[in-house]
Amino acid sequence: MTRARAFVPVLAFVVLAIVVAVVPAFVSAFRAQQFAYVAIYLIAIIGLNVLTGYTGQISLGHGAFMAIGGYTTAILMANHGVKDIWTIPLAGLVAGAAGFLFGIPALRLSGLYLALATFAIAVSMPAVIKRFEGFTGGGTGINLFGIPELTASLTPVSILGRELSFNDWLYYLCWSIALVGYVVAWLLLRGRAGRALRAVRDSETAAQSSGVSLPRYKTLAFGVSAAYAGVAGSLFAIATTYVNPDTFPVALSILLLVGVVVGGLGSLVGLIAGAIFIQFLPIWSQAVSKSPGAPSVVSGALLIALMFVLPMGVAGLVERLRLLTRRVYHRSSS
Amino acid sequence: MADFMQQVVAGLASGSIYAALALALVLIHRATGVINFAQGEMATFSTYIAWTLTTNHGWAYWPAFAVTLGVSFLGGAAIHQTIIRPNEKGSLLRVVIVTIGLLILFNGLVTWIWGGEVRAVQSPFPAGTTEIAGVAITTADIGTIAVVVGTVAALWALFQYTKLGLAMRAAAVNPAEARLVGVRVTWMLSLGWGLAAVLGAVAGMLAAPSVFLDPNLMAALLIYAFAAAVLGGIDSPVGAVVGGLTLGVGLNLIGTYVDFVGADLRLPVALLVILVVLLVKPTGIFGKAEVRRV
Repeated sequence: MTRARAFVPVLAFVVLAIVVAVVPAFVSAFRAQQFAYVAIYLIAIIGLNVLTGYTGQISLGHGAFMAIGGYTTAILMANHGVKDIWTIPLAGLVAGAAGFLFGIPALRLSGLYLALATFAIAVSMPAVIKRFEGFTGGGTGINLFGIPELTASLTPVSILGRELSFNDWLYYLCWSIALVGYVVAWLLLRGRAGRALRAVRDSETAAQSSGVSLPRYKTLAFGVSAAYAGVAGSLFAIATTYVNPDTFPVALSILLLVGVVVGGLGSLVGLIAGAIFIQFLPIWSQAVSKSPGAPSVVSGALLIALMFVLPMGVAGLVERLRLLTRRVYHRSSS
Repeated sequence: MADFMQQVVAGLASGSIYAALALALVLIHRATGVINFAQGEMATFSTYIAWTLTTNHGWAYWPAFAVTLGVSFLGGAAIHQTIIRPNEKGSLLRVVIVTIGLLILFNGLVTWIWGGEVRAVQSPFPAGTTEIAGVAITTADIGTIAVVVGTVAALWALFQYTKLGLAMRAAAVNPAEARLVGVRVTWMLSLGWGLAAVLGAVAGMLAAPSVFLDPNLMAALLIYAFAAAVLGGIDSPVGAVVGGLTLGVGLNLIGTYVDFVGADLRLPVALLVILVVLLVKPTGIFGKAEVRRV
């Protein structure tokens, strides 16, 4: 029984990996690019899930950590001639360090105060980027399209003798990082650290009196989640081949939290649903009405409606269905 | 020196606008323990109502002002009854997400109805300056401060001297016992949301003439209001007003005299205020420390 239980998630993961691997063969390059963005959002919300889902710390500012990652990549490529993929781990490190540092003052904040402080970070990030013009290119940003030898944007990448288009290459790059990121997060959260983080979420006082070090685990959660956001931001920069202060707006930070909540704070299925929601919500909303402003109205209304009907997100729905099928199963077997 | 005093007065004017919006946040936070992230966008919506009444329907300014306040009040109360109340019982995250949904919704609604163009709004106060002790103060600044002071005084009188105000305070402080003595708690909370919307509308209408009207009118203002509320203590109405004025004057002086900050970095300075206050004295200047049983 226990072995079977451990087996199911592994099987689900393998199936998912296979599905991810074969999808580009069946969809257009344009779709492949859209799915690459889904993977980017997935990376960011896997990280945010560590912080918000497991540790209970609401962050409305993870777009700012994505910005740090994105700008790390852009600056390294444009000014130091580093090839795009090598900047990804560095972007993760820099953003992770920033998150860790922000985690220290954030120790004193909980609940709404933290939401507020992180929201303020997201709002002021573009102003800060514009101010340090010499470093970040100011309002015009940094163009990566002009340096094709460092990206796959104009020079096709060949793997095992097969040439990949830029979109397919992007798709595989983002999804392999997302899947590895998921496994890493799973390994981190299944053991002692995950238990400690959940204890912090459920009751800080109780966790502390059981010997969980609040400073250590909260800053850890912040650092880890920011590192994920940094990697996502780096991929975002590589995907758009261009960064400017508006690449990472407040709306992005908000969307990331929305993605986590829609996903339902937890399972892989839920998180993927959240990432898909983030990527396609604006597109679906535009399908409803194209007049300016209307997509936002649809998104906002949809989000509120979702909180009415699915307060626990997609993961909650899956859990409810599971309980339901089990009940039906038990009834029919007895 | 005269220049310095002029900057102080200008700071007081913008500070009074922050104070009004901060007061709205504090009102809702005291009553329902929620921070309304949509407060700014609701205020923008109200401001557009006033703009359309005066510009497109030829109303005089002050009747439009009064009608806008009425509409905002009803709207705020209705939003609490229909959207916030059913979601209040869940986790904190759920309410935060709902107010963020409202933020996105109202922002889109404004663009949808009125378009995204930047529009000039005429000030209701005559142009020109008044000289007081060698300091030239614009009439608009004096008018702004006067309107906010009037609104805050009216609110204070409502809470302090009327039975309704007492019931509202009771509902906020101890809902269970208030209910036992016959206070209709949920209606009192809706009333609080309505009043908060009124305050937001006042802030928006006063801010619009000096910064132009566009759908993102209140985005930065909301952060200043947050900073003001945190500075004064998020549960203290007096604190919100003092915090707003302090922040207004402080930001204006820093923006004028510290070259590095200038006009661009005021928002990050507000963020810094939020962080420093929360770290050094999380209860703010006037707040009381919260004691929680576990």
